[in-house]
Amino acid sequence: MITNTEHTDIVTENGIAFHEDVMLDLKHLKKVYPTPKGDYVVLEDLNLQIMKEEFVTIIGHSGCGKTTMLSMIAGLNEISGGNISVLGHHIKGPGPDRGVIFQAPSLMPWMTSLQNVMLGVNQVFPHATKAQRTDIAKYYLQKVGLEDAFHKKASDLSQGMQQRVGIARAFAIKPKVLLLDEPFGMLDSLTRGELQDILIEIWNKEKITAVMITHDVDEAIFLADRVVMMTSGPKAKIGDILNIDFERPRTRKAVLEHDDYYKYRKHLIDFLEH
Amino acid sequence: MKQSITLDRVTKFMGLGFLITLKSLFTGDLDKEGFRNFLRKVVVPIASIFLFIGLWHMGAKSLYNIEAEYKIEKALTEQGQEAADAMKACIASGDVSCQPNTLPSPAQVWESYKSLLRDHQIISADKAAFAEKTAVINAKRIAEGKDPITYTGRPSFVDQILTSLKTVFAGFLLALVIAVPIGVIIGLSKTLRSSVNWLIQIFKPVSPVVWLLLVFMIVKTMTKDSNSDSAFIISFISVGLCSMWATLVNTAMGVASVDKDYINVAKVLKLGPVQKVFKVILPSSLPLIFTGLRITLSVAWMVLIAIELLAQSPGLGSFVWEEFQNGAIDSNSKIIVAMFVIGGIGFLLDRIMLTIQNTVSFNKTSGI
Repeated sequence: MITNTEHTDIVTENGIAFHEDVMLDLKHLKKVYPTPKGDYVVLEDLNLQIMKEEFVTIIGHSGCGKTTMLSMIAGLNEISGGNISVLGHHIKGPGPDRGVIFQAPSLMPWMTSLQNVMLGVNQVFPHATKAQRTDIAKYYLQKVGLEDAFHKKASDLSQGMQQRVGIARAFAIKPKVLLLDEPFGMLDSLTRGELQDILIEIWNKEKITAVMITHDVDEAIFLADRVVMMTSGPKAKIGDILNIDFERPRTRKAVLEHDDYYKYRKHLIDFLEH
Repeated sequence: MKQSITLDRVTKFMGLGFLITLKSLFTGDLDKEGFRNFLRKVVVPIASIFLFIGLWHMGAKSLYNIEAEYKIEKALTEQGQEAADAMKACIASGDVSCQPNTLPSPAQVWESYKSLLRDHQIISADKAAFAEKTAVINAKRIAEGKDPITYTGRPSFVDQILTSLKTVFAGFLLALVIAVPIGVIIGLSKTLRSSVNWLIQIFKPVSPVVWLLLVFMIVKTMTKDSNSDSAFIISFISVGLCSMWATLVNTAMGVASVDKDYINVAKVLKLGPVQKVFKVILPSSLPLIFTGLRITLSVAWMVLIAIELLAQSPGLGSFVWEEFQNGAIDSNSKIIVAMFVIGGIGFLLDRIMLTIQNTVSFNKTSGI
């Protein structure tokens, strides 16, 4: 199931053996929700390894447990069985090494966009001077095209703009892993395209390992190195993994015109329609 | 132009939108829609005020007639025809000694209002004169370490209003200082919330009078040796205790119902507890806290009158009570004046709180 088997450089840390190139390692992951009618098993024996500098999109039907898995990686949801490790260290609760871009922008509406980004930056770089931290925040806000909106209240921004701030906030804390939970799901398709471009542009520079949930097949192919398909729940696991071999940096036009594009697309849709 | 826009915004912000329509009438930029607005927001309210005064006037008149007839009837049955005629003539002449005592008419109330203002001017002048007279002696007394001689004359109506305002603000501040921190603390912990819930539910509906008695029991003992103004202390503490519940409940609710997304962000960023409270939880519950404070202030103002009345502490409440006990010919109309003043000040206080509430709210929906 895991395609990258050619890595032989195994490192041992804390008694856990892992490939040096593995950033995020999900082993025998299990999630159980107790209900009055007995336990409801959302995920069972889920195994997934995500490499450094890899962009993985996860696609699957609604309710299959994608979001549960992502929030478990983020540390916001308890693990019922198995484990998750980042660079060989088991995760314990949430932390800024795993940045999250939520589905709703989740900005503090009473803060300006700069203050929202600074909230994270202050936390991650406590020893930097205030000017340095402000520079970091401003840099990422510029990257997402908000150089004119530093001091606008988050509540005064459109949804798309708010999600841009969300992206800036996530990158500005320089996480090891970036987790994206359908970040563009609530946006119209035009804005979604724009934000995909912005996201991939920053990502090309920063190469932060990214795991992104999406419902959108085209988005999954355009952004990812690998598309992970999850089976429908209960007891969801990984059904199939598709390698996307387009060169980076990609342009939307080049991807759409590529011969393999429709092959990939058919593969995903065939899986989802089963 | 720019200035008028900000004026529009300020008045709308304070819930005084009708002023804009009134203004556009004078500047002459009224279109059809504006005219309809003008009718609805200015003409209809003014008409309803006149209707109210008219009904009041007629009601007062008929009550007056009933009372007058009763007096004449009584004179007739008790003292015979002659006395009845004398009474009739006396009432018709408007003599103070035999006026029927009933609901005063709007005109009488207006007269009383003016006489109260005159009274205030007289007392202020008296006070100023007193201060001038005693200035030298007082300076000397202070230099000698003695207490200065203070004015002990009767307070004017305006003095009573100021005293009431002072008491209500002291009570409000007390409520704020007690209720907001406790609300935050119990909002943060589910366990604490359920453990003090019974206490809140039981004490919340307790009548102001009972609070007053409780406070009286405690303060009376505690201020035994000091010469502090215990009536003032009792009334402001009672006001605070009666009115703080709305703020307490709202603060706890606001803190407990902070959007889960914000909490998740705080978790992912690993904000410490202090930062979490001050950067995320408090700002996000501010709108609800201020809704609570607004209710608290209006409750405080409402119970203040009753408490002052009972605690014998100076203020509008005791003014009303004294006038009622007094039974002079213009007492009833003075009570009605006090009623309007109480209502008007209550309205103003509410508008001030609404303005503050709108300033701190991050969502644009304005309160009512």
